[in-house]
Amino acid sequence: MEFERPTTLLETRTHYCPGCGHGIVHRLVAEVIDELGIRERTIGTAPVGCAVLLYDYFNCDIIECAHGRPPAVATGLKRVLPDRIVFTYQGDGDLAAIGTSETIHTANRGENITAIFVNNAVYGMTGGQMAPTTLLGQSTTTSPDGRGLNHEGPPLKVCELLASLDGVTYLERVAVSTAKDTIKARKAIRKAFVNQIEGKGYSLVEVLSMCPTDWKLSPQQGVDFVNHQMKKVFPLGVYKDRS
Amino acid sequence: MADIKIDKDRCKGCCLCVAECPRGNIRMAELLNDAGQPYAEIVDTDNCTGCALCCQMCPDLAIAIGPKKPAPDKAPGSV
Repeated sequence: MEFERPTTLLETRTHYCPGCGHGIVHRLVAEVIDELGIRERTIGTAPVGCAVLLYDYFNCDIIECAHGRPPAVATGLKRVLPDRIVFTYQGDGDLAAIGTSETIHTANRGENITAIFVNNAVYGMTGGQMAPTTLLGQSTTTSPDGRGLNHEGPPLKVCELLASLDGVTYLERVAVSTAKDTIKARKAIRKAFVNQIEGKGYSLVEVLSMCPTDWKLSPQQGVDFVNHQMKKVFPLGVYKDRS
Repeated sequence: MADIKIDKDRCKGCCLCVAECPRGNIRMAELLNDAGQPYAEIVDTDNCTGCALCCQMCPDLAIAIGPKKPAPDKAPGSV
């Protein structure tokens, strides 16, 4: 088996912490773009968060959006340039907190775009504050005693939430915490892009990812946290497939 | 055997590849790379089957695997 860097990913060394899952998700998206031969007509929309420097790493057009607004920007792009392949790349703070409104309405309208949602259960770039997807009992800088059911409420489950919307075509939750999961994640991302190419509508792939630095864990403990804690709260699988 | 290489200056020392290798064929080097970070190294290239599970887990694309090499005793021209 040969394994080389996809051409859609530049040689730049990323700024991500050791053991961060963003690098893996970047590679999977870039490999799919390479495989489908769509790099020259692909436009990505970047979030605010750790992936804010997406344009430094991807060898395709990237637009940096205001916090939470990639689905709105992607909607405009796709409507003005319908022959382009448009994807959003967002974290949980971007997609599930400040961008909840854009996410829900874009999904409900069934815009023909692909959303890559990296869920690491914490605000990464700003230093590990509680996110909507933080697990119950999980300690963060803004929930030092752990997230509580009565005060902060349970974590927001985006795939389950969006599955009830008629406009959504494809929803799958995957992980990058084992090699096997990573291979499955690539297939899901590929399907989300193929749906767009075939004009089938809104696809979202939620990727459970590691943030060992803000979890105050080692990279290996971070992988264990995804496998043993996050997967219980956010079960992997296909939540909707109308393709 | 596989033509596997780890770019030590791209490696950030997260060790995810070390945990993933089914043959225990990757370890952390005793030295640091130019960025001052620990880095992974191959224990024995001949012991690598090229399964690429390490590559699947590497967040920094520090591991590359080239085309499979023939085993030494099956090299072209050998009897």
